[in-house]
Amino acid sequence: MTTSLVLGAVAYDPKVVTIWDGFRTWFRGQGFAFDYVLYSHYERQVTDLLAGRIDAAWNSPLAWVRSRRLAEARGEQVRAVAMRDTDCDLTSVVVVRADSSLTSPTGLSGRTLATGAVDSPQATLLPLEQLRTAGHLRDVRVLRFDIGTGLHGDHIGGERAAVEALMAGKADAACLSDTNLLTFSREGLMPSGAVRVIAQTDPYDHCNMTAGPSADPAAVEAFTRLLLAMDYADAEVRPLLDLEGLKEWRPGRLQGYTALERAVSTSGFYDERGRVTAADYRP
Amino acid sequence: MASTTNEDASRLPTIDLENLGLDVGGHLLVQHALLNRPPGTRLAVRGRHPALAVHLRAWCRANGHGFDMAGPLPVIVNGSSDESRRHGAERAGSALPGQVVERADRRWGLAARGALVEPGGPALSVDWVDRDLVWADVAPRLYAQAAAGQWDPATAVDWDTRVELPAAVEDAVVQVMTYLVENEQAALVLPARLLSRLHPHFREVMQLLAVQVADEARHMEVFTRRALLNRTELGVSGAGGRTSLQTLLDEPDFTLASFLLSVLGEGSFVDLLRFLHRHAPDSVTADVTRLAARDEARHVAFGVAHTAHAVERDPAFLTRLRTAVERRHAALVDTAGLNQHVFDALVLIAAGSWQPAAIERGWKKVQQLQQAMDEGRRRRLAFIGFPEDEAAALAALHTKNFM
Repeated sequence: MTTSLVLGAVAYDPKVVTIWDGFRTWFRGQGFAFDYVLYSHYERQVTDLLAGRIDAAWNSPLAWVRSRRLAEARGEQVRAVAMRDTDCDLTSVVVVRADSSLTSPTGLSGRTLATGAVDSPQATLLPLEQLRTAGHLRDVRVLRFDIGTGLHGDHIGGERAAVEALMAGKADAACLSDTNLLTFSREGLMPSGAVRVIAQTDPYDHCNMTAGPSADPAAVEAFTRLLLAMDYADAEVRPLLDLEGLKEWRPGRLQGYTALERAVSTSGFYDERGRVTAADYRP
Repeated sequence: MASTTNEDASRLPTIDLENLGLDVGGHLLVQHALLNRPPGTRLAVRGRHPALAVHLRAWCRANGHGFDMAGPLPVIVNGSSDESRRHGAERAGSALPGQVVERADRRWGLAARGALVEPGGPALSVDWVDRDLVWADVAPRLYAQAAAGQWDPATAVDWDTRVELPAAVEDAVVQVMTYLVENEQAALVLPARLLSRLHPHFREVMQLLAVQVADEARHMEVFTRRALLNRTELGVSGAGGRTSLQTLLDEPDFTLASFLLSVLGEGSFVDLLRFLHRHAPDSVTADVTRLAARDEARHVAFGVAHTAHAVERDPAFLTRLRTAVERRHAALVDTAGLNQHVFDALVLIAAGSWQPAAIERGWKKVQQLQQAMDEGRRRRLAFIGFPEDEAAALAALHTKNFM
């Protein structure tokens, strides 16, 4: 094993240990000295990536935005080398109860809108940005559910709480990802037909594998090549892919982060140099 | 994800979900429509559910399908993950009854015999995967008989019958029942151990052993219940008897354990139970020994059939069987064998009274029982493949404790 790489990942769920332990075994079986470090939240992972304490990070979209800003402010560069097929082309929606008089986001003024955690791209930052840009956020009371703060929305408790508030009549509308719209309907949290979609964001991308500025390029290249070679037909690696929620790794792309970059700046979550500026954010 | 333009959807194969949402089973129709279509096939989805397009986007992403939302109808681009998941799948043998492979694959895990096994998943941690080390062609038929022959201890015996015996005879019955329960416990533990180490591909053998365990559980119950019919305490458990039974539990090999327990031990036990049924001083004792003997005969039938199967496939196996008998004999040569209390109790039960002439008759009957047991063992050993003289010699080495 000549090349090695240490990856940072956030332990948003106990399954994370199973996933990365499994991948570690698989990588080492391929002759690649891979290891991982777990973080309790994304902010420390990002600062450690920039400090060179880890070579790469399995980053949320928000963590990607901060990594990029921190790196560029120092004249360095991070690279999104890979992402899951399931990270591409997500959307978020704003839903109301089926019996609501609201038929479009224009009527949200004077109403209560439930969102996920302060740092959730899918259930807070992105839908709010789209509503704000369209002028639909004026006089809207935002009821935010800061659950799993620091996990950048990976913990779906915030979205779940937002939908619960909607169904309980404590909010007039709620923001959530298209994935959770389907999941929560199937689970019965909001029975089929109980909500209506009144707005949908443009497609955006989610997590990516971010290579840090000080990582050995050859190691990053080997790591990326192996990631992209993982085959869903391989019975050894398939359970891990299933756990991580993908069928294939794809080369990283940046086109799906534009809206989030804008949302981060508009909401003042991070500044242009990647410093945390959101006053009420305590990861 | 598909990013090509949504061409004229009317020319594409189309599925109409009507009002059905993907949150209440609509995906089943979509999956059905995609079935057996090659990756890349485009399928238009029509429907009136208000969130259809949003749901489809999420569902396609999660299931490895592409999508194209640019046109009037959402279009799914069939992915390859279903095909990938089936890659390398194999049948776990044949589903037909009694058709087993020579060697079962541990990687089949707990899959049903004949199932299409998706690769991956944990391999089974079992020892016996070779047909000839566990199988007998009669196993499926014996299992069917076993399942049909189950009896309910609560109703198969008339527990309300008045049983009034002379105190000494009652004591003798209690002593014999105490001994029987001890032996049944060994006969339960051993197949339970065997079946936990057996590949479930040999389903009929596993089922048969499971019923055998259940049989012994019932035997333990009815013998205990008979013992306590008129008493509050059980009889004596001899150290020699327990030592003899322990040597059975210590045998790690499937065929050897089955041979020692069923062919030699339970075979002798059938003779004992029939003896007790014949000389039972009361109807409850007669019933419980009759019912148990019927089950035990089935256990013996499998043990004999399996051991004969193993020898037929590999005649050298006779040497291993001989060694197992000799090893057990050597381990027990310095022990007392049958508990004297049990032997005396058998004599008294056969005698029926303390009259000297009756005791002499009882003594002779127990002698005859032991001869019958010995002859039975010789017969079964010969059936398995031992020459007559060797069968006689080995039969004589069997434990004096009967089981």
